[in-house]
Amino acid sequence: MREKVYVSTSPFLHDKDSTPGIMFEVVYSLIPIVGAAYYFFGLGALLVIISTLSGCLLTEYTFAPSGQKVSSLKDGSALITGLLLALCLPPGFPLWMAFLGGVVAIGMGKLIWGGLGQNVFNPALVGRAFLQAAFPTAITTWSPPDGQYFALRGTNAAFPFFQGINVDAVSSATPLAMMKFEQTTTPTMELLWGSTGGSLGETSAVLFLLAGAYLIFRKIIDWRIPAGILSTVLVFAAIFWFINPEVYPHPLFMLFSGGLMLGTMFMATDLVTSPITPKGIWVYSIGIGFFVVLIRLWGGLPEGVMYAILLMNAATPLINRATKIKPYGY
Amino acid sequence: MDKISNILTFEHGVHPNEYKDFTAQNPIERMPFAEEYVMLLNQHIGAPSKALVKKGDAVKRGQMIAKPGGYVSVGLHSPVDGTVTAMELAENPTGQMVPSIKIKTDPYSSQQLRTDKPKSPEEITAEEFITSIQEAGIVGLGGAAFPAHVKFAIPEGRKCQYIMLNGCECEPFLTADHRVMMEYSDDIIDGAAILHKFIQPEKMFIGIEANKPDAIEVLTEKTAHASFPIEVIPLKVKYPQGAEKMMITAILEKEVPSGKLPLDLDILVSNISTIAAISQWFRQGKPLIERVVTITGTAIARPTNVLVPIGTSMREVVEHCGGITHDAARMLLGGPMMGMVQKSLDTPVVKGTSGLLILTKNEVRDIGEYNCIRCGRCVDACPMFLNPSLLGMMAKKGLWEEMEENHVLDCFECGSCSYVCPSGIPLVQSFRVGKGLIREQKVRDESA
Repeated sequence: MREKVYVSTSPFLHDKDSTPGIMFEVVYSLIPIVGAAYYFFGLGALLVIISTLSGCLLTEYTFAPSGQKVSSLKDGSALITGLLLALCLPPGFPLWMAFLGGVVAIGMGKLIWGGLGQNVFNPALVGRAFLQAAFPTAITTWSPPDGQYFALRGTNAAFPFFQGINVDAVSSATPLAMMKFEQTTTPTMELLWGSTGGSLGETSAVLFLLAGAYLIFRKIIDWRIPAGILSTVLVFAAIFWFINPEVYPHPLFMLFSGGLMLGTMFMATDLVTSPITPKGIWVYSIGIGFFVVLIRLWGGLPEGVMYAILLMNAATPLINRATKIKPYGY
Repeated sequence: MDKISNILTFEHGVHPNEYKDFTAQNPIERMPFAEEYVMLLNQHIGAPSKALVKKGDAVKRGQMIAKPGGYVSVGLHSPVDGTVTAMELAENPTGQMVPSIKIKTDPYSSQQLRTDKPKSPEEITAEEFITSIQEAGIVGLGGAAFPAHVKFAIPEGRKCQYIMLNGCECEPFLTADHRVMMEYSDDIIDGAAILHKFIQPEKMFIGIEANKPDAIEVLTEKTAHASFPIEVIPLKVKYPQGAEKMMITAILEKEVPSGKLPLDLDILVSNISTIAAISQWFRQGKPLIERVVTITGTAIARPTNVLVPIGTSMREVVEHCGGITHDAARMLLGGPMMGMVQKSLDTPVVKGTSGLLILTKNEVRDIGEYNCIRCGRCVDACPMFLNPSLLGMMAKKGLWEEMEENHVLDCFECGSCSYVCPSGIPLVQSFRVGKGLIREQKVRDESA
């Protein structure tokens, strides 16, 4: 008592959750998914993850304001961006490109806006969009899940500024691409367990559902976002499937294929870039579901989750303003 | 299960740890008389009381030593038999120097209450009732210390349909009202009957948070035999359930319109200990010269509920409770959510002192401040349905006008937003500053 009395204003109690705590909960929930990426795609998957992580963390460290360098790394948000970016890249992706994607994700996706909490777009998706625009071929070259845990893909080791030669004997298309361009669908069970071609995070829908359930249970993410997106996709896709099952895919296929689970559970639910008002959250999540189906069925790309989320990210400030909460007593 | 889901409450709010176990089961102890008392002349909201005594005067326990200094003002009474030793400035709990009357206790007195009993409520009119409780110095004992007679004087042309007695005590740590409900339940029922006689509401409610099942039981039993309509309503344990607006919403599902008072909805809300004080005045002739204070916290050697004479030095009260432990780091007047930091113990207990809370370094935790991550937890916490996240960003940029447009003046500073903010942003703290500046500007605009 003699030394120091702390003087400040109330309240003096604080909930135990902190921003770094929230971020690390997300990181923990991603661990099984990273494990699945390794299980299905082998060492190449881990190398891609390490590359995006180094890109993200180095950029965060280099460009964070002096004095906040360590603290901004400790808040865990760059870690999440790195992991999520890797999860939307193919396993045979050239590592230098993955690194560059990480740099862009943090630099252009977050720091340029003013750092944590200030960005309009999900940083990982900014990185992904950059890579898609810059390296359209590399990012759509899928190797199949081959169960070779230590196999390296030739393309991974491509020299910077080169695409690398695809020395893999086999390459494969993703279920969505097969649906779109070859009109063949993949059995739902395969989609659920994840033994399909695609990005690191386009594997097991079951794992994503579990991770999402965990985050909802821990009150880290808002249940309304996954609920809104998934039900919209289901309903919207079902309408077209009922109209013409020959042309349009089964709604369950729509639900479990591609990056929808990854996007729904981890990117659309990004606290920073989703609306803050209860009504706004519904508008946002239904909007994403709508755009996903729209792009998948009629767009030029096989997958639409990324652009759907980015579009609704852009609309978020507007949604927040349009869905003001009615204060008590008005 | 049914019982839990049916229990009444408001929307939003937070669930801090209750910390009531320190003192909830400790019966009220009477504080021994101290050697000296410092009676501040403005310990209530409104005009200061006017001293009736001068240095050297002998005073009796319960004697009025200062009279109301206006309509919104109350009387002040000596807590002991003794002598006025000084009329000087003394520090009040907010750190200001205010006029006071210093009384030295007569060590040989029996300290019997010497005041004449007021006229019994059965014999007086409603106007006399109002003057009587004004003279008795009765103020709201919940913390704000608003003169009770002003609240209970129903203006011409107005009526009061419901009176709510607030026994929520939703602040963590505090148990003073809880103990009053347990030990002075007869006084509460009698006080309620007196209020009923003069105000004639259709119905009275006693709202109690469900974490005080013993108090709910005692008062339910007592109210069952009451001769007027009164009902005990258990309320969900949620902060700030004890805010009057939240209580009205919980019990009657009505919202008090912005800028209006509960009386605009024909409702009065009063702290429950105040009601016991009204009964003690009329039946025992005891003006407001003592109150129950919860002395608690992790850094108090012996947390206790104490019946303390008004004017006792905080230091003596703390010493009565075994003193503070060596790792004490923060002293608060009131609860941890809305209480006020104290820089010293050398201020007197006033009528609004509901608790003294002393915490150790462990609770004085600084999580640091991060950027707002727009998680929306504050939005889901705010009982007034404001957007603290947005207001906080405006406060950071000094956009006071925009804050006003976003209803910051409706904030009653419960602190739920700062409590939940994972980024440790001082939200309610910045709203206080903003509200102050907006009000100052309004005064300037009006005088210009």
